Amino acid sequence: METAPKPGRDVPPKKDRLQTKKKKPRRYWEEETTLTAAGASPGPPGSKKRNRELRPERPKNANITKKSRISRKPHLPKKPRERRNLEPQRSVSGAQDPFPGPAPVPVEVARKFRRIDKSKKLPHSKSKTRSRLEVAEAEEEEISIKAARSELLLAEEPGFLEGEDGENTAKISQADIVEAVDIASAAKHFDLNLRQFGPYRLNYSPTGRHVAFGGRRGHVATLDWVTKRLMCEINVMEAVRDIRFLHSEALLAVAQNRWLHIYDNQGIELHCIRRCDRVTRLEFLPFHFLLATASETGFLTYLDVSVGKIVAALNARAGRLDVMTKNPYNAVIHLGHSNGIVSLWSPAMKEPLAKILCHRGGVRAVAVDSTGTYMATSGLDHQLKIFDLRGTFQPLSARTLPQGAGHLAFSQRGLLAAGMGDVVNIWAGQGKASPPSLEQPYLTHRLSGHVHGLHFCPFEDVLGVGHNGGITSMLVPGAAEPNFDGLESNPYRSQKQRQEWEVKALLEKVPAELICLDPRALAEVDVISLEQEKKERIERLGYDPEAKAPFQPKPKQKGRSSTASLVKRKRKVMDEEHRDKVRQSLEQQPQKKEKAAKPLRARPSALDRFVR
Amino acid sequence: MPSSELQSHIPYDQQASPGSPICNLNFTHNKARTPLEQEVFNLLHKNKQPVTDPLLTPVEKASLKAMSLEDAKVRRAELQRARALQSYYEARARREKKIKSKKYHKVLKKGKARKALKEFEKLRKVNPTAALEELEKIEKARMMERMSLKHQNSGKWAKSKAIMAKYDLEARQAMQEQLARNKELTQKLQVASDSEEEEEGVEEEGELVPDAVNEIQMDANGPNPWMLRNLSRGTKEIKVQDPEQLPEPVAHEASENEEEERPGAEEEILLNEFEERRSLRKKSGLNQDAELVSRREPKGSSSQEVLSELRALSQKLNKESQQSGKQNVSSVRTVLAVQREEPTEAEEEPLLLQRPERAHTLEELEELGKEGCFQNKEVPRPVGEGQQSERNPDNQPDAPKEKKRKEQMIDLQNLLTTKSPSVKSLAVPMTVEELEDEEERDQKQMIKEAFAGDDVIRDFLKEKREAVEASKPKDVDLTLPGWGEWGGMGLKPSAKKRRRFLIKTPEGPPRKDKNLPNVIINEKRNVHAAAHQVRVLPYPFTHHRQFERTIQTPIGSTWNTQRAFQKLTTPKVVTKPGHIIKPIKAEDVGYRSSSRSDLSVVQRNPKQLSIRHKKHLKKNSVD
Repeated sequence: METAPKPGRDVPPKKDRLQTKKKKPRRYWEEETTLTAAGASPGPPGSKKRNRELRPERPKNANITKKSRISRKPHLPKKPRERRNLEPQRSVSGAQDPFPGPAPVPVEVARKFRRIDKSKKLPHSKSKTRSRLEVAEAEEEEISIKAARSELLLAEEPGFLEGEDGENTAKISQADIVEAVDIASAAKHFDLNLRQFGPYRLNYSPTGRHVAFGGRRGHVATLDWVTKRLMCEINVMEAVRDIRFLHSEALLAVAQNRWLHIYDNQGIELHCIRRCDRVTRLEFLPFHFLLATASETGFLTYLDVSVGKIVAALNARAGRLDVMTKNPYNAVIHLGHSNGIVSLWSPAMKEPLAKILCHRGGVRAVAVDSTGTYMATSGLDHQLKIFDLRGTFQPLSARTLPQGAGHLAFSQRGLLAAGMGDVVNIWAGQGKASPPSLEQPYLTHRLSGHVHGLHFCPFEDVLGVGHNGGITSMLVPGAAEPNFDGLESNPYRSQKQRQEWEVKALLEKVPAELICLDPRALAEVDVISLEQEKKERIERLGYDPEAKAPFQPKPKQKGRSSTASLVKRKRKVMDEEHRDKVRQSLEQQPQKKEKAAKPLRARPSALDRFVR
Repeated sequence: MPSSELQSHIPYDQQASPGSPICNLNFTHNKARTPLEQEVFNLLHKNKQPVTDPLLTPVEKASLKAMSLEDAKVRRAELQRARALQSYYEARARREKKIKSKKYHKVLKKGKARKALKEFEKLRKVNPTAALEELEKIEKARMMERMSLKHQNSGKWAKSKAIMAKYDLEARQAMQEQLARNKELTQKLQVASDSEEEEEGVEEEGELVPDAVNEIQMDANGPNPWMLRNLSRGTKEIKVQDPEQLPEPVAHEASENEEEERPGAEEEILLNEFEERRSLRKKSGLNQDAELVSRREPKGSSSQEVLSELRALSQKLNKESQQSGKQNVSSVRTVLAVQREEPTEAEEEPLLLQRPERAHTLEELEELGKEGCFQNKEVPRPVGEGQQSERNPDNQPDAPKEKKRKEQMIDLQNLLTTKSPSVKSLAVPMTVEELEDEEERDQKQMIKEAFAGDDVIRDFLKEKREAVEASKPKDVDLTLPGWGEWGGMGLKPSAKKRRRFLIKTPEGPPRKDKNLPNVIINEKRNVHAAAHQVRVLPYPFTHHRQFERTIQTPIGSTWNTQRAFQKLTTPKVVTKPGHIIKPIKAEDVGYRSSSRSDLSVVQRNPKQLSIRHKKHLKKNSVD
C-alpha cells in the first residue's frame, strides 16, 4: 500500500516513540535499505531532498537527539515506499521481483470510481483556471485508483444457483437448496407457523440481523433471526397495517389501526404519533432520519425521527394510499395510485416530482432496486413491468402474470421477488447492473398462505415472506451483497459500536429538503441565482465590473501621440475584434445552413398558383 | 414582346378573363420603334382611336360610363343591402358551424334527410318524370359511394377507433355504425330520397341574396360595374323576386324553426334543448377542454352521411353553372357549404373571397400528401373528391396539432397495451391453477370490460396538457387602453397596438417530458435545495461548468478510502501547538536589508548574473 506523508500526523503516538527510545529494534530491512539507499535511484520526483536527508540519518539512528527525531518523523512513513521501489534490484533472498513497480490497477475497476464527467465540454479557460482543473482531475484519478486498489478487500463473493446443462432453476425447491448448503446456511431457512394472528408484514433491520413482524390481529414481535432469540413479543390489541425498523434495531415503528406507534426493542411503547393517523404503509429513509407514512386519508407525511417533528405533510390528491416504496438511491418516495399512475415525491415539493402512467388499472405494488435504476410495478391489469428510472421512465420489459403480483421486492443485487397469491416468484438478471429478465423465474416457492409482505434480508441470501400462516425465511442464492461496510451497517456490531454509529449517523444526517430526483444536481452551481446576483450587482454598481474594459491606447512620445494616430490604433484593435467575431460566426454558419436547408424545400414556388 | 414584360403585368386574379390583359398590354406597352410607327400612334392617340381593335373605343366607353345620379344611388343602396345580407349569412353560418355538439348536427341532418324524402315522395306523385331523373341522380350517388372508400372503416379515424375498439365499447359501436351506414348507402334504392328538393332548396336559397353581388366580382375586369349592370338586364328578373325573399334571412332563426317543425316535433324539441344548453354553457364559461377532447375523435365520419347523395348533384350543377377550370374549387365550396347547411354560399360567395380559400385547399393537398407519406396505405385522392371537405378551412391550423396529439396518444396506447408474454410459472397460484384456458379468457374479458369505462390514458393526457400549459411562461400585456387612440366603454385597443405592446416571454428550454407520453415531470425549481447550492463563482473560474468539474469529486470518508480522504482534506497550513511562528523577515524571502541586495539584483535582471553573484547565491543556498 502506498503511503503518503501526513502532515496532519506530525506527532506520532507516544507509545511508538517510547519504544524507539528504549530499544530500537533492528529490522531486517534496515541494513539493506541503508545499503541500497546509497546508490538508490531517486524514487519519485520531488523526494530527492528527503533522500538526502535520510542518508545521513541511518547511522545516527543509535543516538537520536530530540530535534532530529522531530524533523525525521514526518518522513518515517516514507520508508516502506522507498524500500518497495528499490526491491526490484535486490531482495533479502537475492531473488529479483518478477513484477517490479506498483501493482497495475484494472482500468474498468478504476473507471467505476471516476466522478468527473468528461463528456461535457468546457468553455475555453485561462491558464490559471486550467491548472486548477488539471489538479482536480489528477486528484480524482489518483483517488479512483486508490479506491480500485481497495476493491481487493472485498473478499466475499455472491452466491449463485446454476442448473446443470439447461436445468430449470425454478424447479429446485427450498428443500433441495437446504440439503445442498452448509449447516449454517441451512439454518437460515425456517418457517414460523403463526396461524392465529393473521397475515403478517415483516421488516429486516438495516444490518440484516433482526426481523420484526406484525400480524393483522395485533401480534408484534422482533427477533434476532440468526440466533432465533426473541427480543420482544407483544399484542397491540389493534390491527397492524405495517411495521418498520427505524435507523437501528432498537426502535420500531408500527402502523396501527388508528395511529402510528413507536416501540423500543423491549416492546415498550415510546411514542404514539397522533398526527399520523390511519397509516397504511411505512418507509424509513436512513440517511435523512425520515419516516414516511402513507395514510388512508391520502396524505404522505414525513416524520423526522431524530427530532420528532413532522417535516412535511403532502396531500397526494389521489384517494387512499396503500402502495408505497422508497428509492434507496435518491430517497424519493414512490406512491402507486388507483388510476395506474406512480407518483414520485420529495418533502421539499408540494407536488409530485414526476408522474408516470404505468398501468391501465390501478397499481398494486411498486419496488425500486438499490441502485435506483429500475422500478418494478404490478397493476390490476395483471401486468408486471420494469421501468427505467434514469430520466426516461419508459418500460423496459413487461409480462402478464396469470394472477397479478400483489407484492414486489428488490434485493440488494437486483433480484426481483413477486408474491402472487400463495406463490413467490423470483427473477434474476443477467449481470449485476441489468434489470431482472422476466422470461423465466429464477426460483419459485409455494407457501402455506397468501403472501402479505416481502422483504429481502440485507447482507444475507434470504427472503423473508410474511403470509397468512406466519413467516417464511427462504434461501435465495445471490440475493444479497456479500460484503458489508463495517462502519456503515455491521451485522456483527456490538452495542457500543451501534451507539457510536448512531452518533456519527446523526451528525451526518442529510437535510430533508435535499431530496430530489437527481442528487448529483446538488454538486452543480445554481445558475439561475448566479445570473440573478450578477444582474443585481451590475444594477447596484451601475456598470459591469467583469466586462472587458474598452481599449485605450497609451500616449506616445515624440509627437506620435496625435489624435489621428490614437484613433487609428483604436480602430485597429476594434477591427481585430470584429474579425474575430466574424470568424467565429462563419465557423458556426455551416451548421446553421444544414439546419435551414430542410425548411427551404417546403417553400412554395410562384408557379404553384397555376396548380389546380 | 418579351415574356418577362408580359408576366410583370398579368394580374393572377380569377376574374381576369383571357382576352382583356392583352388588350391592356397593347395600350401600355406597344411602343413605336420606327419614326413611321410613332407618327401613326400619335395620330391614333390624338383622335382617341384604339391602337389595337378592342370592342369599344375610349369615346364609347366614356359615354357608357356616364350614368344618372338617381340610378347610381339606387344601385348603391341595393349593393349595400346585399352586402349586409351576406354578412348576416356569414355570421349565422359561422355561428352554426361552431356548434360542436355532435348530437345536434346528427339530429339536424336526420331532420333534413327526412324532409327531403318526404318532398321527394310528393314530387313522385306530382311529377313522375322529374322524380325519375332524381332517382337516376341518387343511383349515381350510390355508385360513387360504392367506388369510394368512405365508410369502409379504412379512414384515419376508423383506424384509430379500431385500436380503441378492443377496450372501448363506444368505439366499437361507432365502427359498426359506420359500416352500417356504408351498407345503407350502397343499397339499391327503390324509393329514392332527397336530392331533388335539396337541389331546389339550393336554387331557392340561391336567390335569397341578389346575384348582383356576384356580378360585380365576376365581371370585375370590366372598367365599370354600373355599366355592366345596365347591360345585363336579364338578371333583373331575378331581382324582382328579391324583395319577397329579403326579409327572410333576417328572421331566419324563427323561420328555420318553423321549417323543422314539419319533419318531427321531437327533433325540434331536441334542437331547442341543445340551443338552450349551449347558451347556458357559454354563459357559465365552461372551459373548452371537454369540447376539445370530443372534437378529437369525431371529425370525418358523420358529417356527410346524409349528404353523400347530394354531392353528385352539386357537382353536376357546378358543371353547368361554371367554367370547367373553376369546377374543382366550386365543388369543394359547395360541399363545404352543404355541410354548413347553407347551400347558397357556394354559388353566391364572391369569387374574390374564394382565393384565399383556394390557397387553403392547396395547403390541404400538400398535407394530404404528407399524410400519405406517414401512412403508406392511404392513397392520396383527387382534391375535388370531397376528401377535403371533411375539414373546414377554419380548422386548418388545428389539424396538424390534432394529428400530433393523436399520434402521441396512439403511442401511449401502444405503451400500455404492449402484448406481453404471460408467465408460465411452475408453481401457479392455487386459485389460478384450477382455471382452465376458457375461464382465463373469460377473466381477461371481464378485466377489459371493467376498465373499459374509465379511460386512464385520456385522463392522463389531459392532466399532462394542463401541466404543460401551466408551466409555460405567460406573456406580458402592456397595452394601455385609450393611450394614443380613442378610449372608453366598449372600446378595445386595436390589434396592432396590442401586438406591439405584448411582450412575449422567451420560451424556456424544452420540457424534459416532451417526448415521453406517459410521464409528467415537474419543472418547478426546488428552492430549498437551491439554497444549499453554490451561487457564486470563486476567483479563477469564469464559467460555472469549470467550477463544477472541480467539485464533482466527493471528499467525505463515506465515498473515499481512508488515505484518499486524508489526502483530500489536508489543511493548507499546519501549525504545531506550542511552536512559535516568527514574523516574516526580508531575509527569509531572500532580500537583504541593504538596498543593493544580491537577490534583488538577480531578480531584476537575471540575465546579467555575474559569477560573483552566482557564487554568493550558491553559498546562500548551502547555508
